[in-house]
Amino acid sequence: MKLVVNVIEQLINGLGAGSIYALIALGYSMVYGIAKMINFAHGDIIMVGAYALYVFVVLLNLPVVAAVILTIGLCAILGITVERIAYKPLRKAPPLAVLITAIGVSFFLQNAALLIFKSNPIPFKSIVNVNTIKIGSISIRGITAVILVVTFVSMILLTLFINKTKAGRAMRAVSEDKGAAQLMGINVNRTISMTFAIGSALAAIAGILFISQYQSLNPFMGGLPGIKAFVAAVLGGIGSVPGAMLGGVLLGIIESISKAYISSELSDAIVFGVLILVLLLKPSGLLGKNRIEKV
Amino acid sequence: MSTNKQTKLSSNKKAISKTWIVIFKIVLIIAIYVIISSLVRFDILNRQYKALLVPIGVNIILAVSLNVVTGFLGELSLGHAGFMSIGAFTGALFTLNMDMPGTLEFIIAILLGGTIAAIFGFFIGVPALRLRGDYLAIVTLAFGEIIKAIIKFLNLPSGKDAAGNVKMVKGTMGLSGIETYADYTWVYVALVIVIVICANLIKSRHGRIITSIRDNYLAAESIGIHVSRYKILAFVIAAFFAGVAGVISGHNVPIIKPNDYDYNKSIDILVFVVLGGMGSIKGSIIAATVLTVLPEILRPIKDYRMLMYAILLIAMMLFNNSKFRAGLNENKSLAKLTGLLKFGR
Repeated sequence: MKLVVNVIEQLINGLGAGSIYALIALGYSMVYGIAKMINFAHGDIIMVGAYALYVFVVLLNLPVVAAVILTIGLCAILGITVERIAYKPLRKAPPLAVLITAIGVSFFLQNAALLIFKSNPIPFKSIVNVNTIKIGSISIRGITAVILVVTFVSMILLTLFINKTKAGRAMRAVSEDKGAAQLMGINVNRTISMTFAIGSALAAIAGILFISQYQSLNPFMGGLPGIKAFVAAVLGGIGSVPGAMLGGVLLGIIESISKAYISSELSDAIVFGVLILVLLLKPSGLLGKNRIEKV
Repeated sequence: MSTNKQTKLSSNKKAISKTWIVIFKIVLIIAIYVIISSLVRFDILNRQYKALLVPIGVNIILAVSLNVVTGFLGELSLGHAGFMSIGAFTGALFTLNMDMPGTLEFIIAILLGGTIAAIFGFFIGVPALRLRGDYLAIVTLAFGEIIKAIIKFLNLPSGKDAAGNVKMVKGTMGLSGIETYADYTWVYVALVIVIVICANLIKSRHGRIITSIRDNYLAAESIGIHVSRYKILAFVIAAFFAGVAGVISGHNVPIIKPNDYDYNKSIDILVFVVLGGMGSIKGSIIAATVLTVLPEILRPIKDYRMLMYAILLIAMMLFNNSKFRAGLNENKSLAKLTGLLKFGR
């Protein structure tokens, strides 16, 4: 019985971590679907979001709700700016050039944060204060419950947005066929900017949740979750929105189970091993579409 | 008749000038060595710069070897530091646990480190068969992280203690007490060998095949080239040399840690290659040298180094793909001016 409870608790922890990965993975996946590039700097938006929240809450003493909204807005604007300055001029460039630029942006954000906030981790008390919830003998940390709820709501809103609104339809059209979408009168540039904004806003939400869980800030905190979220996006099938959600949750559960029952040091190796296996066995991911390469 | 004679003459001339070029290169190689060693012998360089000689050499080897994959094969590798790490730890484990005469031990360590790294290079080359571009870059990145995690997890035998028992050290702590064999002579010899092999490989049939895969892999495949075989070849060669660089760099400092060879180190190497010009060995050598020395000269702004790298990377890519650059390319004389910034395609 104790073992069962333990396993269930680990699964819930995994679900919590996985939800954060899923939120980040959505950004990767949407951007990849629409701009056909891996936005390497996406993980660092999480870091920017976390620091922004810290600045708004601790240094400027703003109320939490205002701080959260400002953080999300700031990250969305950052996402658009990065796209305009670094990626837009490279639309027709070889993929290698775009990838290197994205790595450059990621490096830029990390080191800018390093210069501004120094490398020492800054402790930052969680803005979410919810007591541990007990269901029978299973206890769920308050923050995990909040993460699950926030992620669930964000995903429903996102799905509704993509499927029900005109802007969402434009996004789907552009990711399907850029040229044809343009002929139909869709403003491709604006749609791409919007995708970056939404992706970055989701990353900001993920950053806020992440910092509420780990309560410590450092300039490189975005790197590893970012890469893992990318693994999640690939696992679910890059370019697919439900795939990113599924991949994130699966990855979180794999990670938390391997941390608990195999080795916490090897958990990263296992997560990346999963990525390599997926790419070898089913490169299009669990829910992705097969792409046929044409000359 | 006469034309026949002429072509014979001119081909003779060509052969002669080729020999002269080779002789010139050999003289240049020796001359550079003499200059470096006299700079060291007569204490013209201060300690700070002497300590830079080995890192410069190591970085050149790394940049040239990464150039084989990124510049010539056209695949981005973000796990180059992983191969270096394998080399460094293999080499250090070997010299720590063996009792051989120094020189022999170090030579074997270098070859062993390179070989083990090359074996891993083969394993990373296998997923490369199915993947290209973005996905492959991510796999190499994942690979580097896996290597780091595994080394951290392992218990490593690091020599014997006073009582003669083998000391086991947790990988996270890194290896310490490594004999610092590597000096500028070792690095220089290794560096010359690596450059000569890479430069000749590129000029050879195999090298041309590798660049043809970069330029259009579908076309290469359609004329019967084993794309996968050559992809693996490029990865194995690059991994071997990165392993060699790892062994040398590991024997330059008394302590190595898995975290020394992380993602950031891979990006460092990538910056050398991109800045020097993808597909240009000369460029890699110059960029690696300049970017290793520069932070030492510019100590006061050392904190800004990484930020500058990031801006350089972005600016370089934007410049290379701008209309301005395309205009320069049309004007051949100006294209020569930007030779250092060559993008390779």
